This record gives sequence, C-alpha cells and structure tokens, in this order.
Amino acid sequence: MQHLNILVAQWVAPTIDYHGLAPELVVAGGLCLVLILDLFIDERKKWLLSVISSFTLLAAMIPVVTLALSDTSVRSMIGDRYVVDSFSLVMKGVFLLSGYVVVLLSSSHLEEGEYWRGEYWFLLLSSLLGMLMMTSSRDLVSIFVALELLSIPAYMLAAWRKRDPKSNEAGVKYFMLGVFASAVMLYGMSLLYGVTNSTLLVDIASQITATGGFSSVHALAVVFVIVGFAFKVSAVPFHTWAPDTYEGAPTPVTAFLSVASKAAGFVALVVLIYSAFPLVQSIWQPFIWVLSALTMTVGNVLALRQHNIVRMIAYSSISQGGFVLMPLAVAGMPGAGSSALRAVVLYMIIYAATNLGVFAVILAVSRKTRSGEVTSFGGLFSYAPTLGVLMTIFLASLAGIPPLGGWIAKFAAFQALLQSQSTWGYVLGVVGAVNSVIAFGYYGNVMREIWMRPVPDGDTTPIRTPGSLGLALGITTVATLTFGIFPGIALHFADLAEIAGAVIR
Amino acid sequence: MFVNQFLFLAAILFCIGVYGVVARKNAVLVLMSIELILNSVNINLLTFSLRNGSTDGHTFALYIIAVAAAEVGVGLGLVLLVYRNKRSISVDDLSEMSG
Repeated sequence: MQHLNILVAQWVAPTIDYHGLAPELVVAGGLCLVLILDLFIDERKKWLLSVISSFTLLAAMIPVVTLALSDTSVRSMIGDRYVVDSFSLVMKGVFLLSGYVVVLLSSSHLEEGEYWRGEYWFLLLSSLLGMLMMTSSRDLVSIFVALELLSIPAYMLAAWRKRDPKSNEAGVKYFMLGVFASAVMLYGMSLLYGVTNSTLLVDIASQITATGGFSSVHALAVVFVIVGFAFKVSAVPFHTWAPDTYEGAPTPVTAFLSVASKAAGFVALVVLIYSAFPLVQSIWQPFIWVLSALTMTVGNVLALRQHNIVRMIAYSSISQGGFVLMPLAVAGMPGAGSSALRAVVLYMIIYAATNLGVFAVILAVSRKTRSGEVTSFGGLFSYAPTLGVLMTIFLASLAGIPPLGGWIAKFAAFQALLQSQSTWGYVLGVVGAVNSVIAFGYYGNVMREIWMRPVPDGDTTPIRTPGSLGLALGITTVATLTFGIFPGIALHFADLAEIAGAVIR
Repeated sequence: MFVNQFLFLAAILFCIGVYGVVARKNAVLVLMSIELILNSVNINLLTFSLRNGSTDGHTFALYIIAVAAAEVGVGLGLVLLVYRNKRSISVDDLSEMSG
C-alpha cells in the first residue's frame, strides 16, 4: 500500500497531443452522436444515421492527412505508449476508407432488411475506433483494450439478424473462439510482463534477452501472444470460426470482418514483431513460417470445393492471409526486415480495395438472384455486363494477374522472401507460388460462370444497382486498377510506413 | 513471498479453463471456463507486479476485469439469443453450417 502511495504522489498528468488524437476523437464524437440521435429520430428518417456515419469517417480522414503533412514525423503520447507515426497513419487511412466503403455497402442492405439500424452504425463506428487505436498502440495494455474494442462490437454485428439461426450461430462461434483466443493471448502477455517487467513494447524488446538467451517461459509467452492474433487473422489452424461466421453474418458485416478486422490483426502482429520481439526471432520465425504455409495451402484447398460464393470468398480470404504472413516469416532476417514491412502494408492496402470490391459485386448480384450459390452468377455478363467485368477484374486481382493490384502485392511479398537470401525463404516462396496457381482454380470457376454459362433461371432482367453500392464499386475498382497500373502510388504509401522505435534489420 | 505457488495456481487454473472450453458442451459453462482463464491471467499479473515492484500489472489486471465484464455481457446476450431460437444452449446444436 505504501508503495502505491509513493507512486501516486509522483504521478503527473500526461500531456495530450490533441492533433495526434484527432482522428480517434472525431470517430468517438461521431459514434456518440449516432447513438444519441438514434433515440430521438423517427424510424423513417433513420437513413440519416448512415449519412452521419459516412461523413464521420470522411471527416476523420482530414486530420489523418494534416498529420501526414505536418512537420512532426513522430508524435508520442503517454510515455511512448500511444504513438502516431507514418505506419499508423497509413493504416488509419486504410481503416477509415474501408470503413467508408463498408458504410456504403451496408446502407442499401439495411434499408431493405429488418435490421436495428441505429445500433448497427454505432457498433460499426466503435469497431473502427478500436482499429484506429490499434494502429497507434505500443503497449500491451492499450493493444489489449484496442483489440477488445474492435472485437466486441464485431461479435454483435455477426449475430445481427436476430431471428436467423445461421446469423446467431455465426455470432456465437465468432464470440466463443474470439474470447478464448484473447484469453490465451492475455496469458501470454502476463508471462511477457513477468519476464520483462514492463508492458511497453520497446522495453520488452530490450529486456526480453537481458539475461542472455531465453527460457521456455519466453517462448511460451511469445507463442501465446502470436496465437491470439492468429485467431484474429484466421490463420490455419485457428481459422475454424471464419467460414461459418462469414457465411452466417450479414454480407456487409462479412466484408467488414474479412477486410478491416483481419487487417487490424495484422497491424497488431506487425507492431509486436517489429517493436517487441525483434531479438527473439528464432522463436516466432519458424512459427509464422508454419502458419503461413498451412494458411495458404489449407485455405486454397478447402476453397476449391465450396459451392456458396461467400463461403468460397471466406476460404479465399484465409489463404490471402497466408500471403500476408509470408513476408513476416522472414522479417527477422538481416536485410529482409524493411522490405517485409513494405510488403505487408502494400498487401493490406491492395487486398482491402479488391476484397471490398468482390463483396460489393456479390451484394449487387444477390439483390436480384437472392441466392448465395456460385451458379447464381451464371451468365452474369449477358444481362449485367458491368458487374460481370468488375467481378472478373476483382477476382483476377485476387489471383494476382498483372496488371491488377493483387499482382503488385504478391510481387512485393515474393521480393521480401528473396531478399532474406535464406533456404527457408525460398521454400516458402515455392509454396506461395504453387498456391497462387491453385487459387486460380476457384477464381476461374466463378469467371467461367460469369462469361460462359447460361443464366440459371432464364431471368435476364438487368440488375438495378443503388447509388451507394455504385459508389463503393467505383472506389474499389479505381483503387484496384490504379494500384496495378501505377504501382508507384501504393508503393509510395508502403515505403512511408515506418514504425517508430522499431528495430528493423 | 511464495511467488512459485501463485504462478503454479495460475497455471493450473489456466489448464482447467482450457480443458473446460474444449470439453464442455454447455455454452454457459464454456463462458465460465473462459472466465477461469482470465482470472488466472489476473493472478499472474498481480504476482509479477508484486515481485517486480511495479504497478503496471495492477493496472493491466483492472483493465482485464472491466473488459471481461463487457465480454461476458455480450456472451450471455448471444447465448440467450440462441436459446430463444433453438431452445438449447448446447454448443453441439450449432451446426447449421459446415464444410
């Protein structure tokens, strides 16, 4: 008790950099506004809430841009526990823009179904706030709080269709495995705190090998923490929730989970690997190597036998996650660190644009066909040529065909593996190359349906796409094509990405 | 101080919790097992905090207690939702989708 009293007497209030916190503050303000307005406005005017949410996200982009242009390159608060550096700014931009596209995808979907609209926007914004926090957190406590802030609303969003047993099941499975994973991660974090006597990532980095070498407790701590985030990014063998949750959840929520929530998991992994664990790479490198190889292969092989399009995209996004893990498996090797970081950031930017595009097309088509089967895309080109062409572009980008965005992302990932100049890197590269070919099997199957097969029920009335969905399609198409044809634009952002205080070899 | 005994207790609680999550079929019991894991984490944090003479562990434990309460709130809400639709809270009955 005395000990606590002494510490309390020494306590000084931290200085807060309000400019640095502005994106989070804008989103926090926006979500409070949505929550309060939802109580007072009439049911027929609930569409206003979607407008407020989308403007909140766009308004939060303004401070991200001004911060990027400001002279101070690194702003750290609360004793370096909350840091705004170029990596966090780039990822904040990705989260805000993908959040904006998800709002566009959701608005027409929500208008037509029986949904509880006000709470939907509130939960979506809270989850995004957690993601924004995650990009800046450089302390175990704030990483944990950010992870829960982004996950708990996502559990509720997955179970959003209250009367639909499939949606219930999606929510419960996501919740049970998500909470179990964060509990295991917390046990790892408690051990990490025990062996390093700090929760600050940079202190952990310097303390973890302070005694020279490391024991099994160190290994257990590092592995448990990585397992926690492997659940979040649905890496095999921790992927079992993903297909069921993606299939059962409302489709815009699936788009959100497969892009933003997954990217948040990768952000945490990257920050931990570069800021906290650079000196114990012999523990996590083999582990991530195995995760990456398994994730790519199992995701692809299971995707080949799916008949439901959302389930197929779920397995495809699992295998894409393996490609993001691929450069991280060599991130600790001399000379490969910075190109691995660049590859991961680049992959996340391009994957976000492309995968959101796929979901925009799926939503537009299912408005007419009311079906989730791959065969419902039969003859799409004959009655909705634009959607057919766009879906082909997005799928080709996911498969990594030049000159589309996905090709640049895969190229950077393989480049990082080659720069490691190690046998393990080369072997993983071969596994990745084989998987790129397998992936074409199921992407090509959808393309064949679109271009060559007849319309299943002969109904060739054109598809009416609502404006918001059209805007979402426009944004994602422009991003996918631009990043592919002018890779310099995406590379520019990925090159900026530096984690303040990180040890990069 | 008996540091080892506390850590040992936490490790046993953790193992019981993991066993419960894997073996139990009742959703509420799974939630309780997860709580056991979280409490083992708290014991770990407090033990390390006292041994190392820093307050970071105390702070962390307080955050975990608060967030765990929110998690269980959501979890019980989801279990109730399933019970209303299916009249069962067995994890095995959640089998609408597979493959």
